[in-house]
Amino acid sequence: MTAGLEMPRRSWVEQIMGMPISVHLRGPDVRTAVGVGRVVAAVFEQLRQVDLLMSTYRADSEVNRLRRGELTLAQCHPSVREVVGLCEQARQRTDGYFDARLPGGFDPSGLVKGWAVERAARLLAGVEACDYYLNAGGDIALGVAAPDSPGWKVGIEDPRDPTRILAVREARCGGIATSGSAARGAHIVDPHTGQHPEDLLAVTLIGPTLLWADVYATAAFARGADALQWLRTHAAAYEALVVYRDGRVSAADGVDLRSFNDS
Amino acid sequence: MRKIAVAIALTICGLVLLFTYPTSTGQTMAAADALPVALPPNQSSLSSGRVSTPAPGAPNTSTGSGTGGASGTFAGSTTDTRYGPVQVQISVTGGKITAATALQVPQESSRDVRINSQAVPILNQETVQAQSAQIDTVSGATYTSGGYITSLQSAIDKAHVG
Repeated sequence: MTAGLEMPRRSWVEQIMGMPISVHLRGPDVRTAVGVGRVVAAVFEQLRQVDLLMSTYRADSEVNRLRRGELTLAQCHPSVREVVGLCEQARQRTDGYFDARLPGGFDPSGLVKGWAVERAARLLAGVEACDYYLNAGGDIALGVAAPDSPGWKVGIEDPRDPTRILAVREARCGGIATSGSAARGAHIVDPHTGQHPEDLLAVTLIGPTLLWADVYATAAFARGADALQWLRTHAAAYEALVVYRDGRVSAADGVDLRSFNDS
Repeated sequence: MRKIAVAIALTICGLVLLFTYPTSTGQTMAAADALPVALPPNQSSLSSGRVSTPAPGAPNTSTGSGTGGASGTFAGSTTDTRYGPVQVQISVTGGKITAATALQVPQESSRDVRINSQAVPILNQETVQAQSAQIDTVSGATYTSGGYITSLQSAIDKAHVG
């Protein structure tokens, strides 16, 4: 399985939405194909536009104007309306363990990244004969160009030591998201209790879409100790890896991984 | 082509090492902890209960240095952990770990059995795979720009930039 490493590959990194975002393309013609640079520039530009519209750190973003009542939902950009709708869908699908209605007001940040990265990655899927991935601060949307392309080997970081890899999964399409408190401290809140959940260090989900992998990983982290059982009934299409605070690591079983895990 | 793959893997290793603190050099890509392994004396390394790649300077490293190395199957000693006794066996070919098997895992409750049946295959697979450092990308809790500088993803990005 060294084919993936032998194939010509290029990477680009930009800092958007407060985090480093990496694009990788891999394919026989990736260094010579016309338009590759343009597509990558369009990917970063689309992400910057999402940040302008939806960042809660920008006073003039539409999300903040919506929060202040300066805009009605109907007046918002179609992307904002789509994200608001998805946030409600996410709340319902997760029994309220994902909830954008935070004490400080509506905050779709927990969903925007996955949504935006997955959408931008679709541009990369249009680059002919190239495998691609887009990694935004540890959440990844990826795909391969041909049925015989090697998958991407995704290392899942050890939340206790980010220089170590806990597991490796080979993925050919879809998304991988990790939620946890390791990198930014406690920032996930259990919407039902208002408390920071303390049972888990990290939850990683691998499956068909980054958007939902991210939403379910956040919800499962908030859920706490029984995250795996909960994911089995709520996100059965996703493979899950859970790191408990006491150091145990376990993965959900009964998941059909054939399309995501060739090894 | 094999040489290229090795060269790239070495490049990534080198970059990773550059960005990690000195004490982690031998363990940067080690697989999982909490499962102790006793390696043969000339291979090192039993450090604080971790499955470790050989320490720097050990005769057999995971980077393919060509110094040859021992082959065979080695069972670690049984060690009591907070969850119960654990014993791990590894197979070594040419100085590289090619397989790891748990001979003994805690069986106290049905929950432990279920967790172990999942966790052990992960360890097995990762002990083998993580040594090569041949990963394409890393998933982890959202890191900031500060965290990125020392991240594995940063090293991988640098290896392919341009």
